[in-house]
Amino acid sequence: MAGIHISEVSKIYTGGVKAVSSVSIDIVDGEFIVLVGPSGCGKSTLLRMVAGLEAISAGEVKIAGRVVNQIEPAERDIAMVFQNYALYPHMTVYNNLAYGLKNRGTPKAEIDTRVAEAARMLEITQYLERKPRQLSGGQRQRVAMGRAIVRKPAAFLFDEPLSNLDAKLRVSMRGEIKRLQRRLGTTSIYVTHDQLEAMTLADRLVVLNGGEIEQIGAPLEVYHAPASTFVASFIGSPAMNLVKGELHGDKLAIGPAMIALNGFAPTSGAVTVGVRAEDLRIARDDEEALPFRLEYTEELGAQRLIHGTVGDQQITAAVSPEIALSPEMRIAVDAKRLHFFSIETGKRLPGNVPAEAKLAPVEPVI
Amino acid sequence: MVENRPFLTFLTHAFLILGFLMVALPVYVAIVASTHDVSTLMSGPVPLLPGSHLIENYSTILTSAAAAHGLPNYSHMALNSLIMALAITIGKISISILSAFAIVYFRFPFRLLAFWIIFVTLMLPVEVRIMPTYKIVADLGMLNSWAGLTVPLIASATATFLFRQFFMTVPDELLEAARVDGAGPMKFFRDILLPLSRTNIGALCVILFIYGWVQYLWPLLVTTDPGYYTLMMGMKRMVTVQDGVIEWQLVMAGSVLAMLPPILVVVFMQRLFIRGLTETEK
Repeated sequence: MAGIHISEVSKIYTGGVKAVSSVSIDIVDGEFIVLVGPSGCGKSTLLRMVAGLEAISAGEVKIAGRVVNQIEPAERDIAMVFQNYALYPHMTVYNNLAYGLKNRGTPKAEIDTRVAEAARMLEITQYLERKPRQLSGGQRQRVAMGRAIVRKPAAFLFDEPLSNLDAKLRVSMRGEIKRLQRRLGTTSIYVTHDQLEAMTLADRLVVLNGGEIEQIGAPLEVYHAPASTFVASFIGSPAMNLVKGELHGDKLAIGPAMIALNGFAPTSGAVTVGVRAEDLRIARDDEEALPFRLEYTEELGAQRLIHGTVGDQQITAAVSPEIALSPEMRIAVDAKRLHFFSIETGKRLPGNVPAEAKLAPVEPVI
Repeated sequence: MVENRPFLTFLTHAFLILGFLMVALPVYVAIVASTHDVSTLMSGPVPLLPGSHLIENYSTILTSAAAAHGLPNYSHMALNSLIMALAITIGKISISILSAFAIVYFRFPFRLLAFWIIFVTLMLPVEVRIMPTYKIVADLGMLNSWAGLTVPLIASATATFLFRQFFMTVPDELLEAARVDGAGPMKFFRDILLPLSRTNIGALCVILFIYGWVQYLWPLLVTTDPGYYTLMMGMKRMVTVQDGVIEWQLVMAGSVLAMLPPILVVVFMQRLFIRGLTETEK
């Protein structure tokens, strides 16, 4: 059990390509941190630097208070779960689990107990004598997790462990990883490109883009108060609508329409306006609204996504399936649900933070 | 391609049988010839049916025939061949698997150059570089020794290349998992790579054993001491008699016997051999 402190860590490849630039994250003991971002954002590189599989170009990584920059992966007291499981194909499940312990010179009896314990926890006891190729994808994933658990490391590092599984299995394994991590209380860093996985697993999310941190925060914080247009469009499905608007005093102009902001305007002039699909609704007749031209719909069952344009800008709204649709509609949004971003930097403009973001995070039940 | 036309089936079988006959006939003739006496063989075309001198010929070649040509015993030469073939096989595999390991898994200066130098030697068969090699071996005083017989043949570009190709298909994550599991380079090599290469090693064993067994030119050059003669050289000497009759029945008996060890190796390692050449599963 230990915290991990990543300070000013950079990865610069020969040739000057900066994969990760000056990233700092403080991870407290037992926390589940998810690094999320599109491919090529440096999230795996960062994880591999923590693991010791990549050299750290600049900065410092501390695990349990000890600087590990120059320490071999095996000595860092971490365990890693790989995307393609990386099980040793010629060894039985038992030996796969035991290999790391054997290399450490753990006594045979203790290896036996630890393997048995991990196997029971993961319900793979009956497969201990099998070879990895005789197992299904989900079982292999469990073995890979088991290999991490038996070591009782200070931290688990997960490198997109679920991306090779089919959708249904992914959801159930996701739950299991979360449950296991809660139960063991081991500090974890989890890398994924799937924002849903990130939202559901994380205590705190780290959104990375182009090797830099866009935002660190609890999932709901990031969802309700994205720090930049990048985070806004990356977290949440459907992605947050981002449209060009102009602030005139207390009024916002989007295309031809004007909305009163009731004091929520952070600045004036041109801004990028963000609004979540579910914050848009069909307007009442007596309120200010945006003229919406419907293009097509997507049925999600509980919700219906309606895609269309306001002026010449694409907008997606999530509405109840019961609402009648027509080609020309008026949609409205509460001013306090709007997000404003700078046109130049894409950063969030100070001002309104929706009330939900300030909600206390849900305390873990276990 | 699955086609079911009687004519095609007939045609493919005809070709197959023809091909088989072409390969097998010389072997058959050798076996038949080893069962006749010398006068039958000298008096006309080789008969196509076995004769009655089988036991006599084989016991002669195994006991006394070689000595008549100033050669060591047949079994002695067979032992020499075996030692040489085994030394070459084991040496080639250990050296090439280690060099492939170095080339694939370690970053050192001129790594690529080293690989290409090894690769280029693939284009140069022993015969092309035989004079400089002989000179080096002679200068090192290794003529008429086991070292002289085997060491120059031990480096194998082919095997290095094959192992390199195989290692490159082993996923990097396996190495990384092993590193996290606390396995150093040699431990990774021994615990992970070696077991994974088992089928490749098996296939190479077969190929290299046969390569070593049939070496003729090199042993002929570096050994003048009959104590180091191999079977291939012995057989050749029995054919080059100055005056008199070549005892073909004995030469053939000797050849047939010399064919046995490679056949045994193939038969016993066939399963591994085929898997090693075709299997891509990891």
